[in-house]
Amino acid sequence: MTYIAKPKFHHPGLKKNELGYTHRDYEGKISTLCAGCGHDSITASIIEACYELSIEPHRVAKISGIGCSSKTPDYFLGNSHGFNSVHGRMPSVLTGANLANRDLIYLGVSGDGDSASIGFGQFAHSIRRAVNMTYIVENNGVYGLTKGQFSATADRGSKSKKGVTNTDNAIDLVAIALQLGATFVARSFSGDKTQLVPLIAAAIRHKGASFIDVISPCIAFNNHTGSTKSFDYVREHNDAVNRLDVLVGRDPISVDYAPGSVQVVEQHDGSKIALRKIDADYDPHDRLGAMTFLQKHAAKGQIVTGLLYVDPEADDLHEHLNTVETPLNTLEADDLCPGSAVLDKINASLR
Amino acid sequence: MKPTDISAPDYFHKVVDCQWACPAHTPVPEYIRLIAQGRYSDAYMINWKSNVFPGILGRTCDRPCEPACRRGRVEETPVAICRLKRVAADFKDDIKQRLPRPSPKNGKRIALVGGGPASLTVARDLAPLGYHCTVFDADPEAGGMMRTQIPKFRLPNSVIDEETGYILELGVEFKGGHRIESMKALLADKYDAIFVGSGAPRGRELDIPGRKEAAANIHIGIDWLSSVSFGHIDKIGKRVIVLGGGNTAMDCCRTARRLGGEDVKVIVRSGFEEMKASPWEKEDAIHEDIPILNFLVPVAFVHDNGKLTGVTFQKVRAEYDAKGRRNLVPSGEPDQTLECDDVLVAVGQENAFPWIERDCGIEFDKWNMPKVDPKTFVSTNPKVFFGGDAAFGPKNIIWAVAHGHDAALSIHRLLSGEDINERPLPEVHVTSQKMGIHEWSYDNDISPEKRFKVPHRDKVVALKDIRAEVELGYDVKLALGEAHRCLNCDVQTVFATSLCIECDACVDICPMDCITFTENGEEADLRQRLKAPSPHLNQDLYVSGDLKTGRVMVKDEDVCLHCGLCAERCPTGAWDMQKYLIDMTYAGSSCPTKSRSAA
Repeated sequence: MTYIAKPKFHHPGLKKNELGYTHRDYEGKISTLCAGCGHDSITASIIEACYELSIEPHRVAKISGIGCSSKTPDYFLGNSHGFNSVHGRMPSVLTGANLANRDLIYLGVSGDGDSASIGFGQFAHSIRRAVNMTYIVENNGVYGLTKGQFSATADRGSKSKKGVTNTDNAIDLVAIALQLGATFVARSFSGDKTQLVPLIAAAIRHKGASFIDVISPCIAFNNHTGSTKSFDYVREHNDAVNRLDVLVGRDPISVDYAPGSVQVVEQHDGSKIALRKIDADYDPHDRLGAMTFLQKHAAKGQIVTGLLYVDPEADDLHEHLNTVETPLNTLEADDLCPGSAVLDKINASLR
Repeated sequence: MKPTDISAPDYFHKVVDCQWACPAHTPVPEYIRLIAQGRYSDAYMINWKSNVFPGILGRTCDRPCEPACRRGRVEETPVAICRLKRVAADFKDDIKQRLPRPSPKNGKRIALVGGGPASLTVARDLAPLGYHCTVFDADPEAGGMMRTQIPKFRLPNSVIDEETGYILELGVEFKGGHRIESMKALLADKYDAIFVGSGAPRGRELDIPGRKEAAANIHIGIDWLSSVSFGHIDKIGKRVIVLGGGNTAMDCCRTARRLGGEDVKVIVRSGFEEMKASPWEKEDAIHEDIPILNFLVPVAFVHDNGKLTGVTFQKVRAEYDAKGRRNLVPSGEPDQTLECDDVLVAVGQENAFPWIERDCGIEFDKWNMPKVDPKTFVSTNPKVFFGGDAAFGPKNIIWAVAHGHDAALSIHRLLSGEDINERPLPEVHVTSQKMGIHEWSYDNDISPEKRFKVPHRDKVVALKDIRAEVELGYDVKLALGEAHRCLNCDVQTVFATSLCIECDACVDICPMDCITFTENGEEADLRQRLKAPSPHLNQDLYVSGDLKTGRVMVKDEDVCLHCGLCAERCPTGAWDMQKYLIDMTYAGSSCPTKSRSAA
């Protein structure tokens, strides 16, 4: 752990976003994770995405559970709302917060233990309910805080640092999220920020349940030969289907791409995602196709990354429940207690 | 780009901006750390070895280090390096035991002409090696312009006495009051080598109408300052005009304020910004109620039957031609006459060698300057060397010291029968500073403090006493605060390509966005692809060899805080913080090139 605070000085030539902030203004406290942890790169990617989207930090609620990954919200967006909840209970707390105030941007940060083991049910229900959120799993396949036991996402046949082989089947959170109806599903790698940053930005702009599984090597316990979540293994087996750029208020045609190689997806809020196809046959609008593609490639030992599925016209829990648009904390007494005349009307309708 | 060769002595030297900019290459961060630890004597000795006059330079140096200081690119102001040097001198213990002892003479005799910083540096380097050094000066005491031209309120005699004394006590013979009138005669004395460090002793004239008639009240700046210094002059008129915009002009005007000048003005031809005087000297003058008027060219001294009454100026403005050269052209406004009782002319200094016969084997160029080799400082007479202002015209003390070291090395090699053109390489030490997982043997916590002001004596008191030093120097507490501002640029970020796993931890933690992992390319192209803009092309890029993914690590050295966070967050130790220390080659240094080739 680093003892000194990160110096406040920044490069004098740093660019500022529309709000006049540099990316340094989106930082939190200095990380207390092990040196080289993949999670720190995800933290840096979230910082970069929020900076690029010119998000006002006080409009963000970052919610997490327990684990190395769930510590990271302390390291980014130091001026946002934060809630470090009980182990595996991030999705419930996030759902509750979202129902109370739909105006904030919800960032759920979790790990493979938090989401695939103790909180598996919570994860499933928040996805199937279509809570408007960006759900990021920092997935290292190992219980780092308790010294390196296999987690539920560790691949069958992969080896622990001590050389023990994992005999349990792995949970593929991306496959589950697709099955449960998530409307934005992606996988990425902490060591590939050029892919990860735009994915996070696009997920934040997506309305509905966005899920990103980020493979994040655990330097201390899962970066050895025999691991399938090490830097070397992921780099060798990474099969990216596409790369993307998020365009907010820009004309996508002005971006210089080889003709025919780009697919533009317009999201609900008007922002556009320019997808540069790497795998020409991959269609990110085909949920079933995505599921098959994933399984096929997983069987070959490949790790499919990129934007795997998006439904740009998705709706969310608030629309399903027909809730009031105003955040609950700004509803006035008149709204909450409309008076006896209204009560009489309701009663009459039920007679 | 090719991988950076960090074994070249210059690569890391350039990263230590202050040391690289210093003509004498004083290891600045090293002595500032010692000051922070309260080890003032150790800090002083590092300076003494490198720049010979720490107490004098700590008050008067032209400080080329400070504009170069990395801190000045990170925030508004550089570290007060110069005034910290003074701290080392002010708070040190008795260091006499640490000085070299006079050694048995080797029978070789060196004559040094002029008793200023250049000659004294040569004597300091050569006397301990056994050379018999004889310093000649027209003035009774050693110090040269440091003693005669720098006012006592900036540099007290006690400091000059102490630091010239350290040198003379090495067994150097000083012949004060002895002006060398003939080089031929000196050559006839059969010295083994002669060093000319006689400075640039002539103040430039201002030959405009009225100069001769009103001469009684028109004084040449440097001559007037030395007369004041020796007590020959102790008053001046109430209204004084100082002509010129260099540091001598600043000394003149501030001295005039102390000798009865109530309405003292500095008047310069150029614009205020382009004046040659150091910004801090201008500030000090303005602080003493001395206005600086610019864009005024003196055209005539006005007098009443030989009694000076004022100076007439033409008003000008600056125009820049296509090549960016500045011309001062008349603005068309009517001339202005400013009244005064005395004028001090400080419009430049010139070399003068009336005492060197032109047929004694020393060739002069068309500007009447001796032909001197810029590396060895030898003239066309192989036994005669030049240094300081005498070599290449007026510069400053720290350049004179640097010249002195190099000339002494040449003289030593010449008299040891070695080729003076072969210069032994400096000795370089690079040592890891790692003490524990996240512990370093230097203080890597970056101080956010702004530059601390040096306390000054109350103006009313200071202006009454020409010998009262204006700057009081930092006290221990202020010195500690200022020392902490140093970024330890000599503690280098050293990258080991083979250990890197490209986890991005260093990129993510670096507060200054110095580090980028990207595809290799030509320098101009790479500079466009870095994480942060790279506007300073004189600041090097540190490029690694090819990494596993085929990319390279590129670090822009420009604004690195040397905080060591890259090394703290590196899981494999691919980054390490290593202290770079360079021992410049002086006369008598052991010669690392030879021992290396022997090994």
